[in-house]
Amino acid sequence: MPDPVIKVQGLRKSYDDLEAVRGIDLEVAAGEIFAFLGPNGAGKTTTVEILEGYRPRSGGEVSVLGVDPENADRSWRNRVGFVLQESRLVPELTPRETVEQYAGYYAHPRDIDDTVGLVGLADKANVRTSKLSGGQQRRLDVALALIGDPELLFLDEPTTGFDPSARRQAWDVIGGLRDLGKTVFLTTHYMDEAQALADRVAIIASGQIVATGSPESLVDRGVTRTEISFRLPAGLAGPDLPYGIRTAARIDAGGVSLVADDPVPVLRELTNWAADRGVGLPGLTVGSPSLEDVYLELTERADGEGPS
Amino acid sequence: MTGVALVLHQFRFDQKVFWRNPAAVFFTALLPLLFLFLLATIFKDTHFSDLNVTGATYYVPAILTLAVVSATTVKLATNLPAEREAGQLKRVRGTPLPPAAFVAGRVGNSLVISVIMVVLVSLIGSLIFGVTIPTETMPAMLVTLAVGAFSFSCLGFALAAVIPTAEAAPAVTNATLLPLYFLSGVFIPQDELPNGVLNFASVFPIRPFFEALFTAWDPHTVGAGFEWGHLAVVGAWGLFGLLIAVRFFRWEPRR
Repeated sequence: MPDPVIKVQGLRKSYDDLEAVRGIDLEVAAGEIFAFLGPNGAGKTTTVEILEGYRPRSGGEVSVLGVDPENADRSWRNRVGFVLQESRLVPELTPRETVEQYAGYYAHPRDIDDTVGLVGLADKANVRTSKLSGGQQRRLDVALALIGDPELLFLDEPTTGFDPSARRQAWDVIGGLRDLGKTVFLTTHYMDEAQALADRVAIIASGQIVATGSPESLVDRGVTRTEISFRLPAGLAGPDLPYGIRTAARIDAGGVSLVADDPVPVLRELTNWAADRGVGLPGLTVGSPSLEDVYLELTERADGEGPS
Repeated sequence: MTGVALVLHQFRFDQKVFWRNPAAVFFTALLPLLFLFLLATIFKDTHFSDLNVTGATYYVPAILTLAVVSATTVKLATNLPAEREAGQLKRVRGTPLPPAAFVAGRVGNSLVISVIMVVLVSLIGSLIFGVTIPTETMPAMLVTLAVGAFSFSCLGFALAAVIPTAEAAPAVTNATLLPLYFLSGVFIPQDELPNGVLNFASVFPIRPFFEALFTAWDPHTVGAGFEWGHLAVVGAWGLFGLLIAVRFFRWEPRR
């Protein structure tokens, strides 16, 4: 098996008294789209900036493309591309000129017009970047990250603040990177983004990794529970429900909802009860967890254990 | 691309950005020319007895001083903090472009704008206000311009290093330079300034730069007109600026 593109062991970072990253391990394989999820303040940006070579670490081992990013040199920077969380474009230049400028920095740049086209800006290539929409500017950011033909791309919250259609377009561009054989390290706090794009996901909360795996495996792991909800049948009230259900459920305005680690016995009890009484269970839904539920549960749980 | 080619590449885009920004062109290029027209016209027939020159002869080197400082210190000290805050410097820092090539491109950009301004101010002074362009003292003028442009570029990077935000940049730069222009005789003729003020101003780089340029343009100058003492003061400020810049310049925005 080839060496991982990113390998992190026991990474720590402290600012004065605050321990922002508390010993994390990560591995990203070549050609993978890896999503790094976490709420603001979880240590996500700190970790990414250490991997990008912008920030020194307090402890642990980090290897990115076989190099410690603290010793990043020109040849390493030739192999890596960045979309930074906040980096505005030069308003006086056009997208084509901006890409041309960055192409000059790299040893083996991609074709300029090809790259402008790849991010869907061919028809905007010669207008000032100040005239582009937010989504178009972000796609130009991706073009700048790509122009050096890097093996590895860091995308730090590439769709924050986008409207839904701009996000879809950005996703198409990012998904297209997979076809180019790039390894992508994607930072996001949108669950649907990770679910739509990523091969693997790591969730960070309070400076620690709380889960890793494919989006599907995280959902299937049973770390979250199932939500069951229905409306009370006409003529029946909360106290009429079986004891086990009425004590576990939240009942308001005729709506009943409860969460269960294992939904099967609960549903059996509920349907038996309804059948005994000859009533239905209007609006019955059994919700399987989304990645968002997993994420919320994991990050909230870690928050409760956190130092502050 | 390597070395010189990279610097030229960077410089080409810096030039594009400059000429496409109307505010930058106005403040850096047009405002000094406007001051030249105003001051040289108002004081055209005034004879400054102290120096035994007319107003026009006095204000050509004075406005050259203003123009070079505007193209170097002011431009760098206002642009770089804004680009740092916008994350543009951080993005560039993440590419293989060597920081030295970035800096050289910027200094080159300021130097070229300075050269254009020197040519324009000299031509306007000569053709419209009848000021004689130096011949024998031309080498002294060019050396003075070179030392000045380099030193004031270093000071621009130094100011950019210590100015915390884009918002503070124009305020700090103007609060530093405007009083020095007035105390150094760039706007107010030095005839009108007490000696104490001029001596005080001579400690800072603008006054000695202006004096060295004035000597090169002064028709009474005998010999080559090199003002080595003044150039040493300007150069020392430049080196001080360089040290501050190397020590404190940051590529990333403050959080």
